[in-house]
Amino acid sequence: MSAFIEIRGARRVFRASGERRGMADTIALDGIDLDVETGEVVVIIGPSGSGKSTLLRVVNRLERLDEGEIRIEGELVTSPRADLRRLREEVGMVFQSFNLFSHLCVLDNLTLAPRLVRGLTRGEAETRALSILKRVGLADKAARYPRELSGGQQQRAAIARALAMEPKALLFDEPTSALDPEMIREVLDVMKGLAAEGMTMLVVSHEMGFAREAADRVVFMDEGRVVESGSPEELFGHPREARTRAFLQHVL
Amino acid sequence: MLTRLPWWLAALVLLGIWAAISALASSDYRVILAAVARGLGVTLSVSLVAYTASLLLGLGLGLFRTSPLRVAREAATFYVELVRGLPMLVILYYIAFVGAPALAAALNAALKPLIDRGLATPVETRNLGFAARAVIALTLGYSAFIAEIFRAGIESVDRGQVEAALALGLSRGQVMRTIVLPQATRNVLPALANEFIAIIKDSALVSALGVQDITQLGKVYAASTFKFFETYNAVAFFYLCLTVSLSLLVRAMERRLKAGGSR
Ligand SMILES: Nc1ncnc2c1ncn2[C@@H]1O[C@H](COP(=O)(O)OP(=O)(O)OP(=O)(O)O)[C@@H](O)[C@H]1O
Ligand SMILES: [Mg+2]
Repeated sequence: MSAFIEIRGARRVFRASGERRGMADTIALDGIDLDVETGEVVVIIGPSGSGKSTLLRVVNRLERLDEGEIRIEGELVTSPRADLRRLREEVGMVFQSFNLFSHLCVLDNLTLAPRLVRGLTRGEAETRALSILKRVGLADKAARYPRELSGGQQQRAAIARALAMEPKALLFDEPTSALDPEMIREVLDVMKGLAAEGMTMLVVSHEMGFAREAADRVVFMDEGRVVESGSPEELFGHPREARTRAFLQHVL
Repeated sequence: MLTRLPWWLAALVLLGIWAAISALASSDYRVILAAVARGLGVTLSVSLVAYTASLLLGLGLGLFRTSPLRVAREAATFYVELVRGLPMLVILYYIAFVGAPALAAALNAALKPLIDRGLATPVETRNLGFAARAVIALTLGYSAFIAEIFRAGIESVDRGQVEAALALGLSRGQVMRTIVLPQATRNVLPALANEFIAIIKDSALVSALGVQDITQLGKVYAASTFKFFETYNAVAFFYLCLTVSLSLLVRAMERRLKAGGSR
């Protein structure tokens, strides 16, 4: 059986154009191979600019790929004829800056996509949304607007919004790095819960505690390439590559 | 309380009271106000119809201006720059004396088969009233300004929210309708309302075509009675009643939006 997410030879180059004309092109992804099995939790670490966000963004096609292929459940999603809507129904995304819809209350943030994309009625969508909000500890915030919530609450609402689509996998792009330390834990706890329930997750995060506890595999990226990957114990305890060691020393 | 009272408003109210007293004290003013007031309906309907139409056209142009399709973007930019580069009065003359005959000719050409069989009568330019031509001209002119307002509003919406909506599987059209436009419109509501005030003032230009709005009636009255001072006071009085009250509304609206009312 093939992996849930299969990335083969992924390459993405940002051409220097517009105001950046004359500067060198940026090779954000330089031939990435990566598999994520169903139910697996993979944590990606790496220095700023190493292509971590770009990798997540090409997986759900917010960014296109210049070369290479990505398959989700065996289906080629990088072809121009791919059904982006179906892909995005199955693979949810959580952003560093939450990106909640600021003109909608929390409940409407959760029900919008299930109604428009999955075709649920308002009643069905609200029932589902309320049970998910309860799960992330926000049952009493359904009628609040995003700006009335703390950062940690906003990120939990954003995770709930992704869950309301009942996705098969979730992508997280530095979900806690915009948060104050005291709020990081409440978000990580929700993510650990999802991991324990068997959600397939691809997570960019430098929270070593989360990686040690929840990750099946940690991947170290640098300059658009996968430098090495392994279990948390292997990668944090006995990194093989000098670059990995240097990076870990820097962040730990 | 007294220190927070806006002086400009107090001065305007005093001016209004002075106008009211003079009107009551002199039969002249009563006659003039009555004569000019007959144009109020035209001023208001020209403004309202042109404003509504330019909101729709402006929204369409604004969407084109921000479209990922290059042709749409360039075409809309061409229109906006062309129209914004012309004085409104010149647009008015163009539509009235060039556009209207051309429109009639185009209609007649399109209906030619029917006209030849006697099933339709040819459209004549003079049947297209000057008020209608004025409305078309104001619409074309204002749609360019309103398009720019919508463009700014659309561009002001957080890209992250657009990406989040796309990542949830919404189509581009759904994202526009449910995420971008509601936020964009809310952000530009005061600017849009200000355009209504501006169109009320610019509706005075229709007097150049002889359309009987308050300016035209004032002009005719003053020319026949030589009471220029009183007549234009009356004309100004009507405009100020409309524009100042609307601008107070806009201020209140801005305050509410700033206070962060949820809707
Ligand atoms: N839309 C874009 N246009 C041009 N260059 C881009 C764009 N997006 C990313 N890049 C460049 O691609 C490279 C990889 O960016 P990416 O955001 O994937 O890095 P990252 O590993 O997520 O970094 P960080 O830890 O700072 O978030 C960077 O050099 C970045 O400047
Ligand atoms: Mg990043």
